[in-house]
Amino acid sequence: MSNLALHSYLALLLVGFLPSEVWRWLGVLLGRSLDEDSEIVLWVRAVATALVAGVVARIVLFPPGGLADVPLGVRLGAITCGLIGFFVLKRSPFAGLIVGEAALVAGALFVGR
Amino acid sequence: MSAPVSPEVPDPPKHAAYLAGVKVAFTSVFFFVIVTTYIGFGALCHDYGFSVGWATLSTALMWAGPAQVILVTAAGAGTSALEAAVAVGLSSVRLLPMVVALLPVIRGPRTRPWQLLVPSHFIAVSVWVEGMRHAPALPREHRIAFCNALGITLVAAGAAATAAGFYLVALLPALFGAAAMFVTPLSFLLSAVRNSRLLLERLALVFGLIIGPLLAYYQVGLDLLWTGIVAGTLAYGAQRLRGRLR
Repeated sequence: MSNLALHSYLALLLVGFLPSEVWRWLGVLLGRSLDEDSEIVLWVRAVATALVAGVVARIVLFPPGGLADVPLGVRLGAITCGLIGFFVLKRSPFAGLIVGEAALVAGALFVGR
Repeated sequence: MSAPVSPEVPDPPKHAAYLAGVKVAFTSVFFFVIVTTYIGFGALCHDYGFSVGWATLSTALMWAGPAQVILVTAAGAGTSALEAAVAVGLSSVRLLPMVVALLPVIRGPRTRPWQLLVPSHFIAVSVWVEGMRHAPALPREHRIAFCNALGITLVAAGAAATAAGFYLVALLPALFGAAAMFVTPLSFLLSAVRNSRLLLERLALVFGLIIGPLLAYYQVGLDLLWTGIVAGTLAYGAQRLRGRLR
């Protein structure tokens, strides 16, 4: 399995679809209520949050293709602007997204790529 | 056969439940979020070297944004399939409590388990929130139809946006592609910040942002998986420690 190319449709089924969908099937099978505050649920929630943080960091620091042409300083500055926009503008993710995107485009245009 | 003047409508309420599902999908705030996010995801797939078919199918089959981005970035980092599968699995455990919470709301007395497999596939945060909010207002026997219509509409919009993002990044100037790809980290970070109510989640977010780049920089194997497990466990430990000190 370690030699399976992730770009293949087989990988999409085995590495993408199955490990994700199995939790929905388990939810149907389980059927009864689950203690949202149990220790294992809390731990999984922390791990899932950290995974998202890791993916965010990975895309910003080691981006693919076109995003890699934007200087690292602009990418980090734009993320910071987005966070500031989010907190200043009533904690709205939409406002943060607009501010961060505008900062990225302005930064790329002014600093050059 | 003569056309009836006033045609007999077979089951107007059920028909209405499907329409209600489609209507809720289009008017939901999640519609905009899904379209924007999946345009970014499609752009990301393009630049990580995936095909448009793979990208679009992943939206329809997985229907879990974080898991999809984990899988695609894993390919970019040369991660093994096993590590990627474990990371995808850990990220999608959050779907289980959503399914468990929504199914009793939409299940009727004669519903068989297999009938719940289709609506359960659509459950992600969008369908879960809108389903929990709107389904209780409908007659019980039509709630599954409502959730299926809601889910199919949102998944179709997501899949179409994925393909659109993929082609747009190839057609439009490079700066558009960069901006489209930037939607993913930015929106994931912002929604994670907004959804982090517990100290546990906030710490996991901060630890992940610090540990992730460190492990990647020093080229530690399985860096994404270790980021999740180490940062998540540290955050969990800190939360427990605080609870004990109180």
